[in-house]
Amino acid sequence: MTEMRPQDILLPTADGLCCKPGGFHIDPVRPVERALITHGHSDHARAGHGAVLATQETLDMMRLRYGENFAGSTQAISYGEEIRLGDVKVKFHPAGHVLGSAQIAVTAKDICIVASGDYKDAPDPTCVPFELVPCDVFITEATFGLPVFRHGDAADEVRKLLASVALFPERAHLVGAYSLGKAQRVIALLRQAGYDAPVYLHGAMEKITYYYRSRGIALGELRPVAGMKRAQLAGTITLAPPSATSDIWARRFPDPVTAFASGWMRVRARARQGGVELPLVISDHADWDGLTATIAATGAGEIWVTHGQEDALVHWCKSRGLRARPLDLVGYGDEDEHEPPAQGEAEA
Amino acid sequence: MNRFAELLDRLAYEPGRNNKLRLLSGYFREVGDPDRGYALAALTGALSFKHAKPGLIRDLIAARTDEVLFGLSYDYVGDLSETVALMWPKAAMAAHNNPPPPTLTEVVTTLRTLGKSELPKQLERWLDELDETGRWALLKLVTGAMRIGISARLAKTAAAALGDKDPHEVELIWPGLSPPYLDLFAWLEGRADKPVNRDPAPFRPVMLAHAIEDSDFQNLDPADYVAEWKWDGIRVQAVAGRDDHGQIAARLYSRTGEDITGSFPDLVPSLRLPGAIDGELLVLREGRVQSFNVLQQRLNRKVVSPKLVKEFPIHLRAYDLLGDDESDLRELPFAERRERLERFIKKLDDPRIDLSPTVPFASWDELTAARADPASAGAGEDADAVEGVMLKRRDAPYLPGRPKGQWWKWKRDPHIIDAVLMYAQRGHGKRSSYYSDYTFGVWTETESGDELVPVGKAYFGFTDEELLQIDRFVRRNTTEKFGPVRHVVHEGDKGLVLEVAFEGLQRSPRHKSGVAMRFPRISRLRWDKPPREADRLETLERMLKAETTEIEA
Repeated sequence: MTEMRPQDILLPTADGLCCKPGGFHIDPVRPVERALITHGHSDHARAGHGAVLATQETLDMMRLRYGENFAGSTQAISYGEEIRLGDVKVKFHPAGHVLGSAQIAVTAKDICIVASGDYKDAPDPTCVPFELVPCDVFITEATFGLPVFRHGDAADEVRKLLASVALFPERAHLVGAYSLGKAQRVIALLRQAGYDAPVYLHGAMEKITYYYRSRGIALGELRPVAGMKRAQLAGTITLAPPSATSDIWARRFPDPVTAFASGWMRVRARARQGGVELPLVISDHADWDGLTATIAATGAGEIWVTHGQEDALVHWCKSRGLRARPLDLVGYGDEDEHEPPAQGEAEA
Repeated sequence: MNRFAELLDRLAYEPGRNNKLRLLSGYFREVGDPDRGYALAALTGALSFKHAKPGLIRDLIAARTDEVLFGLSYDYVGDLSETVALMWPKAAMAAHNNPPPPTLTEVVTTLRTLGKSELPKQLERWLDELDETGRWALLKLVTGAMRIGISARLAKTAAAALGDKDPHEVELIWPGLSPPYLDLFAWLEGRADKPVNRDPAPFRPVMLAHAIEDSDFQNLDPADYVAEWKWDGIRVQAVAGRDDHGQIAARLYSRTGEDITGSFPDLVPSLRLPGAIDGELLVLREGRVQSFNVLQQRLNRKVVSPKLVKEFPIHLRAYDLLGDDESDLRELPFAERRERLERFIKKLDDPRIDLSPTVPFASWDELTAARADPASAGAGEDADAVEGVMLKRRDAPYLPGRPKGQWWKWKRDPHIIDAVLMYAQRGHGKRSSYYSDYTFGVWTETESGDELVPVGKAYFGFTDEELLQIDRFVRRNTTEKFGPVRHVVHEGDKGLVLEVAFEGLQRSPRHKSGVAMRFPRISRLRWDKPPREADRLETLERMLKAETTEIEA
């Protein structure tokens, strides 16, 4: 038998990353027989697969979003647990992206490929920290794959938000944040910063936020914003899906300060384009320094780069003597931009 | 520097004037001397040091980063200072060994004394010490490209708020002050007396007029008012005074108090009598007032060449006299000031400065006729440069700002076209949930038949109720979304016709249509009109021709 090459183990296809020897796809974008899911964001976790293998949290989130029958069958896997599928072994490791997010290590013979999904190496009170997994081939995201993206300390950004609340006590602060992960992280960071007033939630965030709380993540007092009077919302903080902050829904707030928690907020033109008044650079993706440090630390000699700014990251890898190529996968995006339309228009 | 950077950062995103004021006063209150004084200087454009050229910044970053990565990043960010601020590599020093970031005072005072050859090394050190926002603000400061939407006036108003003072008080003493304004802040905080303005030619806060509505006339008595032409030029204040050595110092100020003397050196010799004239800056050729388009050739020029001065001879047309030698006339009624002005202009006897004539009238009907036809009401061949009439109460003192019922402006009817709404974009601040910025177009013939070509953008002129209506229309008739922009249906029989009013037209290579409007606004919604009946580009081109012949003449 000829020696196995990495692309014999994992190959990009129209359905997503396919592992032929293991008989499964990772984060497939179309329904497949057997899917391994890295995390619960809708561009990675879709409904309609035959069998789904994921962490318990990811399965729960899919169930919350798609209903009980989102897949033919499901199997939960813990971090560190190893399972044999066909001719390969798979193992899930924490990715530090959102609650339940995982990197998937696929090993065949003596080659180990890590499909990291979305990840970040920055601290996050709402999920298990990123684990570095040594491997031969590392598949990395490149959402923030440009050296201008340096996220800094999220705690500083939350301090900026609280300073604004103190300066404008008669205005409402409306924080746009992706409803899975980012919103809960912002709330947890507010609590860490000592903010103990109730935090208000847009209707679209309630279910997932309460799920986080049920998993033992301390988020303090939460209140639905629906039914609140305008005057009562002065001086409060409300979390809402990004699209809702510029929607008719936002008219219920007294002179709102529109904030947006996202790594994109690092770039002014981008923040201004969205009509954001208080950009908060808080990201659940690794920034440039995080991406490059992680790539180097895995010891991988070959890097496959997907969704985002592939060119810059591939260039960087090559300049470090690493084999690198962009991986042609379609259907993944930055979750901040792919937020489903909010329910606000109907509510208003 | 980091605290100042934080302020700039926040101001750059904040659309509301009152909120900007809060942010500024908050900063002045919180930050001590002399940092806040240098911040005030930076915001009012009062800092002077040799600015770093973009080339220097490029060299600095080129020495530190990969060329390809810089290229990709610059492409993405689109602004040199910002790209460099964001991708500047972290200093390699151990964290506990890092020097503290520089204060704004250190930056300003160092830049003032630094030799050109020392600048790159110094900038590098600062860039190493500051965070992303700090680096961005530093680069904006040293390249002299702040552009964060703060006027000098707003910054002074925020400082005045510190001591509950009227911003005009600050404005009055401002010309005598210099950074870091220790005496100003001491006064504002009640720790010292008001600083004295020793400037021989200070700016006086300008008096402005309200736009008159049809319904206002019934409450006004024509006998109480003097009318004069409203010239389509630049409102200025020309001030001359004697300095400590008895020499005449002359300055020209914009209506916001910006010193624009440097752009009009040809007017300075004419300002040889001590006094303060409120007037209009115009270009005159052979005694004829030229259009605003012609005057525009003289605006915002860094270098004023002899050729420019010769081809666009500048002229001051006087409306009012605020000071005559040592005496302040602002408390006097307008009628008396007008007499003093007439005497002053006569005594000055200078071809570059003349008196703006009054328009005689006995009834509102007579004034209506004069406004409709200035040529036969005394404006003669200059009628085209008349923008409307001004009404000034005979007994009105010269008051700063826009006091009620004293001065009225009554503009001539603007140009009007019917255009079709093509694209809509959300507004900012209070309007961020509304589609309130509109791109509109007119019909033009192309190879594939009639098409709409965008001719302008407007984001005001409509009422709150109309805004709601347009917003609803946009949301229901979006054909495509492109980032923040919505394409709104615009076909021959489907779409919304907007009546657009504007003040003038200019040829513009930047616009696809080749024309640009001055001061366009939505004057009416024409729900009744099918888009195919909207105006055509030819109509605009005809209007343009009428205007440009004046420039070439």
